[in-house]
Amino acid sequence: MTDNHPTTEDRPAATDDRPVATDDRPVATDDRPVAIDDRPVAVDELVRVDRLTKVFPAGQGTFGRRRGAGAGVRAVDGISFSIARGATLGLVGESGSGKSTTGRLLSRLLDPTAGTVTFDGRDITRLPSRQLRPLRRDIQMIFQDPYSSLNPRHTIGAIIAAPLRVQGLASDSGQAMRARVRELLELVGLNPEHYNRYPHEFSGGQRQRVGIARALATRPKLVIADEPVSALDVSIRAQIINLLDDLRAELGLTYLFIAHDLSMVRHLSDTVAVMYLGQIVEIADRTTLFEHSLHPYTHALLSAVPIPDPASTRQRDRIRLHGDVPSPRNPPSACRFHPRCWKAQDICRTEAPPLADRSPAGSLGSSPAGLADTAPTEPRGPSPTGRPDTPPPGPPDTTPAGRPGTSATGSPGGPPRHQVACHFPEERTVI
Amino acid sequence: MSAPFLQVRDLSVRFTTDDGVVRAVDGLSFDVHRGRTLGIVGESGSGKSVTSLAIMGLHRRGRRVSIDGQIRLDGEDLVTASSARVRALRGQRMAMIFQDPLSALHPQFTVGDQIVEAYRVHHRVSRAAARRRAAELLELVGIPEPSRRLDDYPHQFSGGMRQRAMIAMAVSCDPALLIADEPTTALDVTVQAQILDLMRDLQREFDTAIILITHDLGVVAELGDDVLVMYAGQVMEHGSVADVFARPEHPYTWGLLQSVTRLDEQRDDRLRTIPGAPPSLITVPPGCPFHPRCAYREQAGPATGTVRPALVEAAPGHRVACHLPAEVRQRIRAEEVTPAR
Repeated sequence: MTDNHPTTEDRPAATDDRPVATDDRPVATDDRPVAIDDRPVAVDELVRVDRLTKVFPAGQGTFGRRRGAGAGVRAVDGISFSIARGATLGLVGESGSGKSTTGRLLSRLLDPTAGTVTFDGRDITRLPSRQLRPLRRDIQMIFQDPYSSLNPRHTIGAIIAAPLRVQGLASDSGQAMRARVRELLELVGLNPEHYNRYPHEFSGGQRQRVGIARALATRPKLVIADEPVSALDVSIRAQIINLLDDLRAELGLTYLFIAHDLSMVRHLSDTVAVMYLGQIVEIADRTTLFEHSLHPYTHALLSAVPIPDPASTRQRDRIRLHGDVPSPRNPPSACRFHPRCWKAQDICRTEAPPLADRSPAGSLGSSPAGLADTAPTEPRGPSPTGRPDTPPPGPPDTTPAGRPGTSATGSPGGPPRHQVACHFPEERTVI
Repeated sequence: MSAPFLQVRDLSVRFTTDDGVVRAVDGLSFDVHRGRTLGIVGESGSGKSVTSLAIMGLHRRGRRVSIDGQIRLDGEDLVTASSARVRALRGQRMAMIFQDPLSALHPQFTVGDQIVEAYRVHHRVSRAAARRRAAELLELVGIPEPSRRLDDYPHQFSGGMRQRAMIAMAVSCDPALLIADEPTTALDVTVQAQILDLMRDLQREFDTAIILITHDLGVVAELGDDVLVMYAGQVMEHGSVADVFARPEHPYTWGLLQSVTRLDEQRDDRLRTIPGAPPSLITVPPGCPFHPRCAYREQAGPATGTVRPALVEAAPGHRVACHLPAEVRQRIRAEEVTPAR
């Protein structure tokens, strides 16, 4: 069904040098990037998130009773990252880690409490609602549940045409609109003649295709996919993952891929950020993250994922965390992972580790020495240019030491850096 | 090895609906021994959950439900047994844990009350004694401060703790058979690992026979001894976990194994997919139910669309229902399936 997208060949070319190359991508020409915060902004940076914070107020509960402590829930707490145009950032973490909230902040479905979101060179953090509509054209979302996210009373033609209508992208005359909807249905591997059918006539996988077609209707630059396959049957997931993959190559899309399935994130992402209780604890390109991760939480997370191979999955290094993720309403002090961490020392309880670079020199924030065995930052696919193993020294690090989660990632134009927020980072093989 | 604790023979479950007869389970046979875990793998609508409810006697029999075949629990047939007898066995000799502990626990009773009630159905003990037992059980499943947590309501427990409480309730009468229907699907992966460890520990301690129903091949690889691959209510493949994962025989199993992303693999090519979607159980395709989605149906000959393939041994203890000749399957597996993984 999905095999009508002959993109397997050109895929490596499109992804190979993604972090550095800009010329061969369908880059929008109308918005030239501008400098923000006196920082040079790379041409290929589509999204930059800086110290983004979302606090849900404690507020009133049912019957006017106050819920929880007065401080509110810091669902997202000062996270920073950037996504290069055409790249995919995978966001992983357990429930309550703030990964879905991050997606909603980026699309401005939620208003950030603090920090900034820069999209395509433009600060969209405080955009008034009147100006959000044009933004929605560029940022679209794919939701988890293809059953509840499609209106059962509308035909799929109407569902896919809705964004076109709202955005005034096609005349209401019908002809052009219908043509575009047919084109979109075909793009996502559905029969274009099924225009007049209703969602209940489709299977879960097909409905998710409808959701994807709707998201692509406005030709967005950024697609935020929040658990796009976890509600689907196993044999259908691969179809949708391939479709997302093909569309990225075909349309030059940039993805924020939010998922708890780490193996799927590994398959689809260029860079992966691990979140824990509202903060990024580790971020790196996918090879580094999955093969040379440094944060104990990343190790625990990776070690917990079963591998469909009885011989290898039963022989792996087993890390078992005790208890559940603490409530984000009342997160642990200092390093938020310390109550579940087997390596925790006094400093972990008193001082929050900053998200620090694992720099080419091998020094890593305030960590003990002896970590010079650098993790090679392999580019995705064979690199024709033979890029050095470690990222080139980018612009001076603007990270103020000692403040958690305030550093930005991805030196402009260069490959993503490997950053970790831990006092005692150490490599460990867990897969 | 001793006689299997659970023997299922030619089990069929049919529901009559306004749209037609749903053949939810069609000719299912398997054994589960004490101390062993059988993983049942399948997608939604494959019949795996219906099977577990049939074993537990939780289908309301009547005009609309028909159950045929044999379900022998320690030699006693449950299909022909009276509902009173099945009710006595349920809880005492067999118990079940469900995917969503929040909906399986009553929100208006404390966790302790619910365990006490389950325990006293089968044991003539005082409330106080049952409560002491409940605290022991919570401790057994790794809930800290068990005596205090007995008075909590389900909503005061986290997802992982609720599933632990469900397991405590299920093992309260020391059942010999535990059916776990997607026990970790609703949980975070770190909590899933804890629950799988707990099930493994309890099995070791009580020599429990476990049926683990899941869509996650990784979970089966982690915990299962044997695996049964179901599709459209029928068995496609059945064997030891080691055999089925190392030498899968059925094209559907190949498809499942190839289409999942693996944590220990980084690939830049597209994933192999199984085209189409699982069929409706009202209109199960004739012949091999998987044939419309099978990439090798041409090589299986015309019978694949008309004659249902028998479940035959491909190797000792490893059965497969497929029309492809054995040597063709071996060739395909060697050339296309195993190298791709």
